[in-house]
Amino acid sequence: MNIYPNMQLNLRKTLANLSPQVDWTQIRYVSEKTTWRMVRDEKSERNSLSFDQGVMVEVLIEGHFGYAGTSDLTEEGIKSAFDKACFLAKHASNYKAHNFTELQRPPAVGTYNSHLEIGLDKISAQEIIDIFIEATRAMKLSEKIVSRSATTMISEIEQLTISSSGADIHQNFSIVNTDFSVTAHQNGETQTRTDSGGLARCLQIGAEAFDRETLLQRARKIAEEALELLAAENCPKDTLDILIAPDQMTLQVHESIGHPLEYDRILGDERNYAGWSFVQPQDFGNLQYGSPLLNVTFDPTTPNGLGSYAFDDSGHQAAKEFLIKDGVLLRGLGGLESQARLNLSGVASSRSSSWNRAPIDRMANINIEPGIDKIEDMIKSVQRGLFIMSNKSWSIDDYRNKFQFGCEYAKLIENGELTKTVKNPNYRGTTVQFWNSLKSVSDTRESFGAAFCGKGEPNQGIRVGHKTPYCLFSNIEVFGA
Amino acid sequence: MNFAEITKENFNQISNFIIESLHSGEQANINLHAENTTFIRFNNSKVRQNTHITQKSLTLLLQKAGRSASVSFSISGNWIEDKIRAQYWLDQARSECEILPLDPFQVAIQNQGSSDSNLKGHLLNDSEVFESLIQPALGSDMAGLYCGGPLIAANRNSLGQSHWFSTESFFMDYSLYDGQRAVKGVYAGTQWHQEDYVNKISTSKIQLSLLNRPKITLEPGKYRTYLAPAAVAEIAHMFSWDFLSYNSFKKGTSALMKFGNNEKSFSPLFSVRENFQLGLNHRFNSMGELAPETLELITDGQLKNFLVSSRSAKEYSIPGNAADNHEAPRSLEITAGNLPESEILKKLETGLYLSNLHYLNWSDRMSARITGMTRYACFWVEKGEIIGPISDMRFDESLYDCLGENLLAVTDFQEIDPQVSTYDSRILGGKKTPGIMIKDFKLTL
Ligand SMILES: [Zn+2]
Repeated sequence: MNIYPNMQLNLRKTLANLSPQVDWTQIRYVSEKTTWRMVRDEKSERNSLSFDQGVMVEVLIEGHFGYAGTSDLTEEGIKSAFDKACFLAKHASNYKAHNFTELQRPPAVGTYNSHLEIGLDKISAQEIIDIFIEATRAMKLSEKIVSRSATTMISEIEQLTISSSGADIHQNFSIVNTDFSVTAHQNGETQTRTDSGGLARCLQIGAEAFDRETLLQRARKIAEEALELLAAENCPKDTLDILIAPDQMTLQVHESIGHPLEYDRILGDERNYAGWSFVQPQDFGNLQYGSPLLNVTFDPTTPNGLGSYAFDDSGHQAAKEFLIKDGVLLRGLGGLESQARLNLSGVASSRSSSWNRAPIDRMANINIEPGIDKIEDMIKSVQRGLFIMSNKSWSIDDYRNKFQFGCEYAKLIENGELTKTVKNPNYRGTTVQFWNSLKSVSDTRESFGAAFCGKGEPNQGIRVGHKTPYCLFSNIEVFGA
Repeated sequence: MNFAEITKENFNQISNFIIESLHSGEQANINLHAENTTFIRFNNSKVRQNTHITQKSLTLLLQKAGRSASVSFSISGNWIEDKIRAQYWLDQARSECEILPLDPFQVAIQNQGSSDSNLKGHLLNDSEVFESLIQPALGSDMAGLYCGGPLIAANRNSLGQSHWFSTESFFMDYSLYDGQRAVKGVYAGTQWHQEDYVNKISTSKIQLSLLNRPKITLEPGKYRTYLAPAAVAEIAHMFSWDFLSYNSFKKGTSALMKFGNNEKSFSPLFSVRENFQLGLNHRFNSMGELAPETLELITDGQLKNFLVSSRSAKEYSIPGNAADNHEAPRSLEITAGNLPESEILKKLETGLYLSNLHYLNWSDRMSARITGMTRYACFWVEKGEIIGPISDMRFDESLYDCLGENLLAVTDFQEIDPQVSTYDSRILGGKKTPGIMIKDFKLTL
């Protein structure tokens, strides 16, 4: 729990010594070790390590939760945070938004460890840098390639939560993010191709993420595709069928299903920042969100999923739940506080970005369940369409209706076959209409992640995962640059 | 001792220890971030969550034998603990330098001088803060965030360089709602004056009542448009993202590629610069280099400078201008023009008055095209008269158009857009922007 020699951190003793004047107290310790390694054009570009640690003290006073966090882990430091939390909670309770009880903080006991095959201590910095130098060399297919990079962000996170009512939760996360990027340039045209779009390749995983052959293969592939894009025609301006690959479905499901279903957005907490939601409380159980082929789950139990855990930060035990079944909206993303405020059932999704933020309603893994179609048959079924992949641009309104997404790479589908590569593929639509045009879902799925899902005031960037199939939509407005 | 004084003592103790522990051939650059912040989140003019945060962290850059290793770690403020941490991370940085390849663009640590700035603020105290913030908003549906407290950035290095910047600042970033109609406001500074806050909220309440007319739904198309300073600030926010950075220009990913290569131009009415005289940020960057007080970036539509870090300067053999490593503006100003506030509606004649924009992203970097949404108080104007609020629309617009030949006028006034981002920690900075009048603003959905 502590990387430093000769340092003792006895949170249980500290908790026991905090004065018993409040209804309930919790200490949540979080440490996060992050390693960045970046190689550009075969040269070492960035190597940094960071170790952030602190505790959040949470108190319940007169029906209001108060929070005080500190990076001072001495007993006096934690005591002083406790006093501050009590003082502010007492004053704030006169203006509280809701009267909460200990029911919103179950005394859960348990542990969680990310599923990994090879420990992160089994790969050295040197090995990673060597692979990355080789990968950026493998990207050098032509003089037209002007920039090549390979980056990783490795995070090892530990959380320990103990409360005066007996909660005792210990969770350890091992996360690897890899990001390869190639930029090609010729005659005033520039195209960048990445390995599945920005930082999407992000999983709870161990050193197996650094398999040399797999990484080199992916490096070569994106370099070839960057050159293809340089020579490609612009994406047509048209309305046609689009087949979306999982690395773009990730973004589609994130922005137009995940966020609008968050209860704190529906309750208006988020209205000054990310926005509200077109979804109303009475839509649960009624709204035909998508076509009957659409089945969406909240699943924090997905192996390797970036948003997997056993308990959320309120101590609510995580479990898989259907959010949308056969196209009908059933349930939203809200932890115990939002469930009490809305009087709706929810999920274990009360999460904070670290020790220094209070938990809010978040996604975990928001997945689309597999369908029955083979990807080859899906392509065959399309007369004229676009196979589109890897996000590069995203924008959606504050009610989560009107979206516009840009991707890196697409292929035309003509008479049931993949033909020309096209550059600058973009599409736009409105959420419910879009999901109702879903007409085929593949039987295979792939997992990606969003490593910095931003939300909340104060702001919080959190990791969420998406495991999705290939999905085919009809009559979508597409356009190029 | 107050928070800043205690933190200064912590910082001096740890940085002295690190600098004194260096072996021959080692140089260190050390940065501090510290804050002691009260955050209060409001919904429906009630307190949704309140959090107090004390956080201090140090970043050490160690240079040794041509290698560079960077380590960051939280500190407690307790010397016995922090000494153990400093020793541990200095050792880690040394081990990194053992295994890392040469850093080809390493910028040697130098003594770039010293500075010491301590801004005393007047902030709401913890016992009055809730009532002071809520009372004026009563009768309306307010959502938002108050953030206040000391905020410190400091830098030292092993060659004697030393910079300290501490401030006591606040912002109240809020929206007032009436059903789905909403207006946005921000009150920020270092001196809290309750009557200014009360006035600000009352103005927002009046603005909100102006939205109380039937909504007008527009068709996609091109519109003559006025973008208020806060909307222009959203566009200026994109200037931090692969735009003014020389490194992204050289890597081919900057949205200014065509401008930098003289294939595209901006209007002579458009000028943008870094201006540290705004007092929103300190001049030293994370290497302790002092940025010029002002740095012209684009003047009268002509490229003057990209932002160039010393690292890029070394890589591309050109002079640097003390930009930070990510080469994003730290104190950006779009300069004012000559359109007076009283003339805006008259000059707009018929078209859109947009107070705010939302969720911008590059839709095509090479043509500097941005997509995003209208948000908050946005109106349809006919013959110089506000007719009513519009339903939110998506736009997709190239900067080469709206800041190029379609730019009709720039207001003679500007507004400060305070930095309200709080990811991981509070940050210093902000922008100053005017309003702009453009033709053929492209709405798409
Ligand atoms: Zn998100």
